[in-house]
Amino acid sequence: MSGFTNLNSSVGYSQNSTPNGGAAPPYQNGPVQTYPAMYPPAGYYGAPPQQQGYSTIPGHAAPAPNKAPVTNNAHSANYYHNNHQQQQNHLPQHHVAPSPYSAPLSSAPPSQPYAALPSAAPPPTNAHYNQQPFQPHPPYATPGSYYGQQSYHPSSARQHPSLVPVTASGPGAPLYPIVSYPSAPGSSQYGTLSSSQSTSAPVGMPTQMVGAPLHQYSAAPPPSTTAVQPGYGVGPPGQTAPTVVNGQGSAAQNAVHQHYTQSHQASLSYDSYSGVPPGSGGADTDQPPSGTPSTSVHSSPGHHQGVQYGYVANSGASSASATTSGPAAAAAAAAAAAAPSSSSSDDDDEEEDEDEEAGGDTSSSTTGSASPVPNSYDSLEGGSYPDSMPPSNDMTNQAAPYGSYGYPSMQSAYQQGPASHTDASPSHDLYGQSGYQQYSQPFPNLSQLSAALGGLSGVPELEVEALRPVNLLQERNLLPPRPLEAPEPNVSSDLKKVNCSPQTFRCTLTSIPQTQALLNKARLPLGLLLHPFRDLQQLPVITSNTIVRCRSCRTYINPFVTFLDQRRWKCNLCYRVNDVPDEFMYNPVTRSYGEPHKRPEVQNATVEFIASSDYMLRPPQPAVYLFVLDVSHNAVEAGYLKYFCESLLENLTKLPGDVRTRVGFLTFDSTIHFYNLQEGLSQPQMLVVSDIDDVFIPSHDSLMVNLKESKELVKDLLTSLPEMFSQTRETHSALGPALQAAYKLMSPTGGRITVFQTQLPTLGVGALQAREDPNQRSSAKGVQHLGPATDFYKKLALDCSGQQIGVDLFLLSSQYADLASLACMSKYSAGSVFYYPSFHYIHNPAQLEKFQKDLERYLTRKIGFEAVMRIRCTKGLSIHTFHGNFFVRSTDLLSLANVNPDSAFAVQMSVEDSLADSSLACFQAALLYTSSRGKRRIRVHTLCLPVVNQLSDVYAGADVQAITCLLANMAIDRSVSSSLSDARDALVNAVVDLVSAYKSNVSNLQQSGLVVPASMRLFPLYILALLKQKALRTGTSTRLDERVFAMCEFKTQPLQQLMRLVHPDLYRLDNMSDQGALHLNDTVVPQPHLLHLSAERLSRDGAFLMDCSNVFYLWIGKCCNEMFIRDVLGCPNYASIPPNMSHIPELETPLSERVRAFLDWLQDNRAFSCTIHVVKDDASAKATLFQHLVEDQSEVASSYRDFLQHIQQQISK
Amino acid sequence: MEAAVFILSLVDCCALIFLSVYFIITLSDLECDYINARACCSKLNKWVIPEMVGQCLSTMLMLISMHWFIFLLNLPVAIWDIYRYVKVPMGNMGVFDPTEIHNRGQLKSHMKEAMIKLGYHLLCFFIYLYSMILALIND
Repeated sequence: MSGFTNLNSSVGYSQNSTPNGGAAPPYQNGPVQTYPAMYPPAGYYGAPPQQQGYSTIPGHAAPAPNKAPVTNNAHSANYYHNNHQQQQNHLPQHHVAPSPYSAPLSSAPPSQPYAALPSAAPPPTNAHYNQQPFQPHPPYATPGSYYGQQSYHPSSARQHPSLVPVTASGPGAPLYPIVSYPSAPGSSQYGTLSSSQSTSAPVGMPTQMVGAPLHQYSAAPPPSTTAVQPGYGVGPPGQTAPTVVNGQGSAAQNAVHQHYTQSHQASLSYDSYSGVPPGSGGADTDQPPSGTPSTSVHSSPGHHQGVQYGYVANSGASSASATTSGPAAAAAAAAAAAAPSSSSSDDDDEEEDEDEEAGGDTSSSTTGSASPVPNSYDSLEGGSYPDSMPPSNDMTNQAAPYGSYGYPSMQSAYQQGPASHTDASPSHDLYGQSGYQQYSQPFPNLSQLSAALGGLSGVPELEVEALRPVNLLQERNLLPPRPLEAPEPNVSSDLKKVNCSPQTFRCTLTSIPQTQALLNKARLPLGLLLHPFRDLQQLPVITSNTIVRCRSCRTYINPFVTFLDQRRWKCNLCYRVNDVPDEFMYNPVTRSYGEPHKRPEVQNATVEFIASSDYMLRPPQPAVYLFVLDVSHNAVEAGYLKYFCESLLENLTKLPGDVRTRVGFLTFDSTIHFYNLQEGLSQPQMLVVSDIDDVFIPSHDSLMVNLKESKELVKDLLTSLPEMFSQTRETHSALGPALQAAYKLMSPTGGRITVFQTQLPTLGVGALQAREDPNQRSSAKGVQHLGPATDFYKKLALDCSGQQIGVDLFLLSSQYADLASLACMSKYSAGSVFYYPSFHYIHNPAQLEKFQKDLERYLTRKIGFEAVMRIRCTKGLSIHTFHGNFFVRSTDLLSLANVNPDSAFAVQMSVEDSLADSSLACFQAALLYTSSRGKRRIRVHTLCLPVVNQLSDVYAGADVQAITCLLANMAIDRSVSSSLSDARDALVNAVVDLVSAYKSNVSNLQQSGLVVPASMRLFPLYILALLKQKALRTGTSTRLDERVFAMCEFKTQPLQQLMRLVHPDLYRLDNMSDQGALHLNDTVVPQPHLLHLSAERLSRDGAFLMDCSNVFYLWIGKCCNEMFIRDVLGCPNYASIPPNMSHIPELETPLSERVRAFLDWLQDNRAFSCTIHVVKDDASAKATLFQHLVEDQSEVASSYRDFLQHIQQQISK
Repeated sequence: MEAAVFILSLVDCCALIFLSVYFIITLSDLECDYINARACCSKLNKWVIPEMVGQCLSTMLMLISMHWFIFLLNLPVAIWDIYRYVKVPMGNMGVFDPTEIHNRGQLKSHMKEAMIKLGYHLLCFFIYLYSMILALIND
């Protein structure tokens, strides 16, 4: 994007300075008309037209109950779309919501978290839900989130009395045309939405609408005006009123009271504005082309809305002609003033800087000076002032959509509410308060408000249950029937609805202790586990000229801020009061003005912003991939090359990227081979550099080539590569020099280096020695050499990180290869490590299969480049330790050269100052990255938790899984920096401390035995399981590389995966009943109960499934029901089951279908697909299964019972 | 002779004071984010050995000139400096490692250490100064 060049144009500045001050909307510059002409909608972004990645999924608003969620989504989606008109809708989307309207009533069961299968099209309404697997509760939906929106609506209710009825009817009536346009791109990796093309949606076919609803406004090019309409609301003709504009279809639910819900409004407004017959709706779109938004206003039947609308237009897009502005002024006095000032400039080129804040930047920028590149990045994310408008055309365009295209004003809906509020009414200062009740109760009473605000309302019963003392020595059945869910923070239900998904953001203590003293008393670690770049099915993407952030702490505006009044908001992290910028006053979702609390940013805890040029230090880099392949004799023996080449060939077109994508290849043994793939060559040219002591790049421009232009050559190379080295006798490996060469190749652009290595590097810099003594593998004392042997790889990683290069390592070695040293190259450059011990393409088919599957996922998964992540927390809390793969560049800034959707992070925190003056603690993780399509984006997650001052509350909110994972991370650190036995002792002490702290402080029962709160009842079990993991076990023979790899996994795996690794889920499959089964799209997914991991739970006449995260074991007992064997495995009897069976045949029997449905369901949202091993009772493979039965005694480790006894002894000491 | 020893120590001590101040400034720059971890650590690591040498030098001087009290005062610091240097894990880039300095409160402890050393060197400075003057007068 060209835009980034001028950060703060003088122009922008001047505007700020103008008397209008903040009020003056920069955007107003251009007359409306100009825009349309100049920028056809498609033109925005200049991005290649089709960005499939970002499909928006058309979710439908589920009518009644669900509505809320829907609406939100819709908002976001809509929002975006404006910008991204170009992009095409995804087909899938369409599928999903074929007939959204028709089935409005069927509400998707919110409960089905997992149903994320886009393919199966549920009833349209449901579709939404299903796709959002991650969020069990409809967080997004909550329209009325915390901040009560209603109060604000300027336009008084009066307008639409008539409207009201309509809405009211809505709920019951299926008709609603509530089209929500959820942005969720189900399929695509980028759940972001942005891209759906409005264009696609031509005339208002309902189905289409679904797909591209959002855009339509903006997107719809002039000609298509008609088309646009459909998008909005196109309900079936019969349904008159309620076409909800932006997918907020939810409106229906509440009767009159809910007026605030946007959807209602929308529908009303819609009609009015467009002037089109109600059903048709799309008027708005027209406007843009026509260039006169104002017209629309007029057309609107005398609603206030009209006025607002106009106003909006002004602010957003300068379009506002005088007419519009005029009315606006009337409506909202304050704002109005600003509008007129709007400048003259029609051009988009002008940048509009709004910021007054420019000053803020300076500090950050200065900081940057010392350091080379990196600092600047941090300033980008952290400090710089985003506000300044991008000078570039693009930006303007973006801006334009709002204004120019005139969103149909949705406001009318608001007015319906009986409680109509005056616009800027001072009376409603309490935004927040009024807001939340919207859902349930139209008219909140004070007590509710206060409760909600305090976040303390909570659910007492839950708390009681969580606190129930459990005597571990007596209770034997501790496992819940279903895998443990994250505990819900004890905040008001409205906050819960908008809170961040626990899969993304989890805190070890969902009730934050008020002081460090209290935290120390609890003896539990305080920390966060994040999975920030997780694949999301639905993600609001926001394009806005102004990304609203706190001026002192740079927090992004989020659902947990407080609006003091319409023009000011209070940061929830540092408590500074900030102004609401003008642009933010306009809500693109409802197309109404003066409702900052309804903006998608304030409605969703997870949002993604399209960042402006202020967030760039250089133009966004293209996707660049370099593959560094080991071709020594060892590698050829292992035979990975052929499978790698095949996999890459297959996925060449699926590599994330755009037309600028570049690839390169480099192979090495004792020399380094480069490949010239310059377009025009008849075949790839190999260049050999044998001087490994001083590596140089033989040719500068032809080694990294544009994938599109040189595709044939790349394919040639991949086809011939496996043969090329088949006869090699070279056994040495010059990995270090090869990496240096790779670094030199990549440093101009940044990108991703993928290294395949099969042995210990033996030549040149970075050569390593074999350090492992095989005889010591099982020695109980001191496992040595867990740390790197040299700092070469670390330095290299830091260099790479500085140049925005991420290094991923695939280690396929049968011998010791010193992963502890090699892994450093990935650890500090934010890469990932894959390890396939004893890989051999013939002798180890299981590893080969895993390698192929991993590789496919690896090559096609989403990727973000030149990323930084900053985690902020409420004043008083401070982060002191980070876990994961990255480089901590400054106190709270993580530099991630690459970010991938499969890696997670953890941080530890302490309470530095008492949190007594706040009842809520918030955490915000902001990830700034460049998408593979060259867009700069910021993904922001915000989590809000209550602060408590009672120890019992702290225990009630303890999240045992998160605590276990955090402790595991801490133990890994400890074992590297100190020793393994220290780390193990520390883990045991954690249990001892907890039990004794609970005993002495909370439980007043004098019972003997081990008493822990119910919320922590699994803690000793998990710790025991941790101690038996490869990473931390002693006594059992464990190869050093495998141990180190297990440690790497602990540091980077997301929580769910990690928990399954530590404590696998065990189910009995042969007698599954339909009780409690899930019904997803036609298939019944049985839900067998979890079993304890103990051999006593296995029986000879059963079949059991163990889910170890990346592998399933299906254990068949000797006397297993023959029917099960026949129906599921397709073998006549037990004896005929082949020993290495690794798949479940697709049989037509009902039992097989259910088993497969269950397996599929388990795998559903895992990034890497699992392999399944059928294990027979007598097979030696049993050992692999039995090592996971952590409650049992093994040769060297104690059983759960003994462990508890040991703990008890420790306590009584 | 005695005066010469103390003059030398004084100079050495001045250098150490400057070094301590430099450490503190650089670390606080890092704390305030004016400098990145990599740059900070490579700057500081350069001076770890000179600091160690300077400290050992004054310790040796006191030993040789048989000022036992001052020698004992210097010895623990010299030992600490050496210990710290020797104990750096193989994979680290020096006493100050950019990948770890922000973790586990390392930055704070480095800062604390630099502060304590500054205080200590100031104390030594005045002791040397006093001893030097005394020695000069006695001469």
